[in-house]
Amino acid sequence: MATAAPPVTHDGHVITQTHADVTRDVAGTLAPASRGYVLLLLGAVSLFLIGALTFLVLIKDGLGHAGYQPPIFWSVYITTFVFWVGIGHAGTLISAILFLFRSPWRTAVYRSTEAMTVFAVMTAGLFPIIHIGRQWIFYWLLPYPNSRYLWPNFKSPLLWDVFAIGTYLTVSTTFLVFGLIPDVAAVRDQSSGWRRKIYQLVSVGWRGTDNQWRHYSRAYLYLAALATPLVLSVHSVVSWDFAMGIVPGWHGTIFAPYFVAGAIYSGIGMVLTLIIPLRRALRIEHMIGDYHFDNLGKLTLLTGSILFYAYGCEYFVAWYSGNIFEQTTFFRRAFGSYWWAGWTMIICNAFVSQLLWFRKIRTNLTSLFVISIFINIGMWFERFVIIVSSLSNDYIPWAWDQLTPTWADWGILAGSFGWFGMWFLLFAKNFPIVAIQEIKEMIPMPRKRGGHH
Amino acid sequence: MALLRSRRKPGLLASFIHVDAAADAIRALRARGIRDLVVYSAAPNHEIEEALDHRVSPVRLFTLIGGLTGCAAGFGMTLWMSHDWPVVVGGKPIGSIPPYVVIAFELTILLGALSTVAAVAVFSILMGKRGAAYDPRFSDDMIGIFVPAGPDQARQLEQMLRNAGAAEVRHEAA
Repeated sequence: MATAAPPVTHDGHVITQTHADVTRDVAGTLAPASRGYVLLLLGAVSLFLIGALTFLVLIKDGLGHAGYQPPIFWSVYITTFVFWVGIGHAGTLISAILFLFRSPWRTAVYRSTEAMTVFAVMTAGLFPIIHIGRQWIFYWLLPYPNSRYLWPNFKSPLLWDVFAIGTYLTVSTTFLVFGLIPDVAAVRDQSSGWRRKIYQLVSVGWRGTDNQWRHYSRAYLYLAALATPLVLSVHSVVSWDFAMGIVPGWHGTIFAPYFVAGAIYSGIGMVLTLIIPLRRALRIEHMIGDYHFDNLGKLTLLTGSILFYAYGCEYFVAWYSGNIFEQTTFFRRAFGSYWWAGWTMIICNAFVSQLLWFRKIRTNLTSLFVISIFINIGMWFERFVIIVSSLSNDYIPWAWDQLTPTWADWGILAGSFGWFGMWFLLFAKNFPIVAIQEIKEMIPMPRKRGGHH
Repeated sequence: MALLRSRRKPGLLASFIHVDAAADAIRALRARGIRDLVVYSAAPNHEIEEALDHRVSPVRLFTLIGGLTGCAAGFGMTLWMSHDWPVVVGGKPIGSIPPYVVIAFELTILLGALSTVAAVAVFSILMGKRGAAYDPRFSDDMIGIFVPAGPDQARQLEQMLRNAGAAEVRHEAA
């Protein structure tokens, strides 16, 4: 007697969909765009254009517009660079590390976080180019044979960063595209017209044969295994851009784990900001629910608590070191001219994250969305505090100065949100935003003899 | 894509709703010595994998080779370039291993990942069985089995597939 398999349960979360439901629901997200979506996309493109225009002015006139002045030559652009690289960390954490740990809750959310990762790193990658001033010679950072017989300085953390970010962008894009292939094939078989042609091209002849799955499943495992140390290393390398310098406030051995935890914390913040409205807009509330938000909330709490500890540790070490420069820097972070940035960082990151001890808050989407906005703001300010406040008061008090961000700083910052939002929105409407194949893997197929295997 | 497309093979295309029925059919076909069947599924399934009893994919070897090449390239490039134009930076030796570990690590991951994906592409093409019929329902909720067969074996194989529990069996002409 033929029986459908009983609904599958993971930690109390019940999946009642069948394989056909999953294909239908996810293919449904690719339906023609609503007015709200078009308005959001137009908003993102407008912001991007503001950034693009600002960039054109910077190319024409130079970085003088950007408020760089002695002693602060790393400011809003580097702050925003680190912010976006950080955002990019949650995606690979959720898709690779939680894949190796076999966490069932990652399945419904990992595709959106992975897409977020790729677009965030794409955004971050623009900033060093904007920041160097003479953008047309950015390729000098790469080791290539040139007429001056010079090679780059591999002892510089800035060059490590070129390799780290380049590798991370390539590998996370590969991971995203590779994971998309079977899902795009599923959508291809449900679509028609020009979309079908595009999906045919992207799915590179995928048919889900036993031979394809045999190589694919193994390769996915190895990609996850390679991406896991990569995700932990990338923000460590970014942190060494600072920690290798002897500027007070930067020269800390805690920087690598502190930055990695902060990156994941900020990334999950952005994931929440994106998927809470997205699940409603794409009508996939039944696929991403309390179970997923509860777990995302716990991960935010964990990384937020690590940050809390790191902030405390930094202050303690500054006091305990007996080093007057270090002590002054940290005193000024709380009570100096940048006190507002310092306290925004501490309140938004260390304190607000502690609200997530309560399950009611973790599963209340309004509160979670509000907290996620605090996280985004707090994490941008964390980088601003580390970079700008440290540079503004280094060793020589007469050289201390303050940075006032200009229209060129805000223009590029707004443009980066527009650029990121534009790619994410385009992706969400044109590619499966929920991993069809992996959800199907969790749902047992019907059996003629009944029960589970 | 057109280059990879090949002539359709004659055979039987069976569709299954039940996973254990598909696994039974695979076992029965293999027991008859039929090895060149193609099984389609929307997601990997361990019951099907057990029935097929494939060997572990060789992509891991390419991951290893790619990773080791990346690591060697990372150290090789940095050390050679440092000695090609020796400049003392920060009082460090010309070729300083510790900072170069970062470059070597990144290239290990980069080439390891890229060679893994390249290996999947190569093996999917080289080991793939060409010309097998397909049905779009296999990427949705059905499992498909394509058995290449001439008209002389078709009736007998169809009966076998139906006995295992196939919901539908189609005869595919060349």
